[in-house]
Amino acid sequence: MQVTNKLTPFFENLNFERSDNMMVINFGPQHPSAHGQLRLVLELDGELVTKAYPDIGYLHRGIEKMAENMTYNEFLPTTDRLDYIASTANNYAYAHAVEKLLGIEAPRRAQVIRTMLLELNRIISHLFFLATHALDVGAMSIFLYAFREREFAMDLMEDYCGARLTHSAVRIGGVPLDLPKGWLEDLEKFIDALPENIALYEGLLTENRIWKMRLEDVGVVSGKDALNWGCTGVMLRGSGVKYDIRKEEPYELYGELEFDIPVSDRCDSYGRYRLYMEEMKQSIKIIKQLIPMHGETEPQLMAHAPQYISAPKEEIMTQNYALMQHFVLVTQGMRPPVGEVYVPTESPKGELGFYIKSEGEPYAYRLKCRAPSFFHTGLLQELLVGTYIADVVTIIGSTNIVFGEVDR
Amino acid sequence: MRKYTPKDNVQGKSYYTDRFWVAPRIPREAVEEDSHFANVVSALKKYAKETYIEVGQLVVHIKPTDNISVLSLLKEKCGYSQCSELSAVDYLARDSEFEIFYQMLNITEAKRVRVVCRIKQGEAIESIVPLFKMANFAEREMFDMFGIVSNNHPYLKRILMPDDWSGHPLLKTYPLQGDEAASWYEVDKIFGKEYRDIIGPENRDPAKIDRYDTKRFSRVGYEVPFDADISDGEKENPIEYSKTLMANYQKSSKQLKERR
Repeated sequence: MQVTNKLTPFFENLNFERSDNMMVINFGPQHPSAHGQLRLVLELDGELVTKAYPDIGYLHRGIEKMAENMTYNEFLPTTDRLDYIASTANNYAYAHAVEKLLGIEAPRRAQVIRTMLLELNRIISHLFFLATHALDVGAMSIFLYAFREREFAMDLMEDYCGARLTHSAVRIGGVPLDLPKGWLEDLEKFIDALPENIALYEGLLTENRIWKMRLEDVGVVSGKDALNWGCTGVMLRGSGVKYDIRKEEPYELYGELEFDIPVSDRCDSYGRYRLYMEEMKQSIKIIKQLIPMHGETEPQLMAHAPQYISAPKEEIMTQNYALMQHFVLVTQGMRPPVGEVYVPTESPKGELGFYIKSEGEPYAYRLKCRAPSFFHTGLLQELLVGTYIADVVTIIGSTNIVFGEVDR
Repeated sequence: MRKYTPKDNVQGKSYYTDRFWVAPRIPREAVEEDSHFANVVSALKKYAKETYIEVGQLVVHIKPTDNISVLSLLKEKCGYSQCSELSAVDYLARDSEFEIFYQMLNITEAKRVRVVCRIKQGEAIESIVPLFKMANFAEREMFDMFGIVSNNHPYLKRILMPDDWSGHPLLKTYPLQGDEAASWYEVDKIFGKEYRDIIGPENRDPAKIDRYDTKRFSRVGYEVPFDADISDGEKENPIEYSKTLMANYQKSSKQLKERR
């Protein structure tokens, strides 16, 4: 390895000065279209990319290491920082994995609220994708329209949990709070207004000549390649493989809800864009079915599992044993049984799974976060080769990667 | 007496554990006859050391040298066309072994299988990149975090940590705040080794407060000159608040009255 000092800094032995016609350029890590801290080293032949090397790790915070040094409940707010666009999806994926490990299930009202929040987060994330992706490609006004709606959705999240981005709106075993007064009406209003706005976005983009020229046949991933590279979510369904964890391995209330899984066999960025739009419509459909379900449920919000989960506040304040148990759970943390689980969930970006290895201690022995964006970033080294430099930004935008979960 | 901390596992520990506490185990179920998993088990009969179902997923223990043949069998014969995740678990302190798992997904049956193998410390494992390209990044991460080498990997290099980093952060011997090398890494990089004495090691614990540091931390209730040495006690020198500036909110305050 190169000996580095102040005069010859460390550049991973990259040779920028080439004698042939190739040029090596450094894209990022501070590029506005990189959606975070992505550094791409591209080798160009004219405008054609002949080699691409994604360099990640600029946002590495050691979240998996932190998980080994925190009790299960302490770690939950840290999961907000994975995919910070839709943090409830991370909270839920983690809480769900721990629930599987403990063998408990959230009460029905909590399930209704969780499913609602998950779909609301999917809408938030897809609107964000649409806004930034269109902005990268050059459509400025769509960014403003999509961000306006996203802000309304985030206001709803704020009304529920008090935070715009780092929600921590889910707890292990349920949800901390019931919906505030008038929230469902606000949600209904938002949901009713959204289809009109989606029609506006589609009117601006779907048949737009420039948009189609920039997206059609750009970033083509075949279904076989998508599976091979570990692509999930829209990246997989955009390549003609119909697999959605909500449908195939249902969790929460998805088993009893009616919704479709849009699939596209175009395999390109345009197909993926259409899928994001369709998924938003499906999310609206899901939330519409969930709204009347909330009133029909019992008011219990947290699972009853005294060994793992504190009793409700009224019981803690009135009953001695509940207080003792609460004290132990707060100071020492819950002790799940020995074993390992891998629990996948369908986050807006793809398959977000948590592998937890427990040795029966209040600290996870090993926690592996299977982040969809990590593998979508890996795909870039093959996907970008053979495309033009102008399409690089489109392809990065179309993979919808978020660096909070790539680097963890 | 100084508290004993085992050097081979410096991760967070519960401060109190009842000495009669025995952790229960998640039940391991046997594979049912004529199920999808039974077919998988019979296909892998030659290689499987142990098979059971844990929380709805089949777990297959194999020898580390068989990983390529088992995964290709799963891919071609059993329809497990995607490898969702692979990584390792550090069991060096207990068994001086790493446990490596491959999380497989069958998209037609919506079933998942976890293939588990154990390698000794210092051993390498065959890369599965020829079978699943997702392993390109995943094995690099495993190498970065644990130092496990994958043989025949196209580009085995650190991925999340800087290339010239020393140590593998997810090992149980690696402290949460970073080791000795980590505390000098940025000092050496930005200023050079000769500045070590002047700058001192980097404190990677953001919550740490040095009570004798009068440069960065103020003393509540006591005035200490900037950068004064207070390591051997400080003077009793409480701040005297000015009487005239102290507002008596109890007496008359229009705003307060309105708020009430």
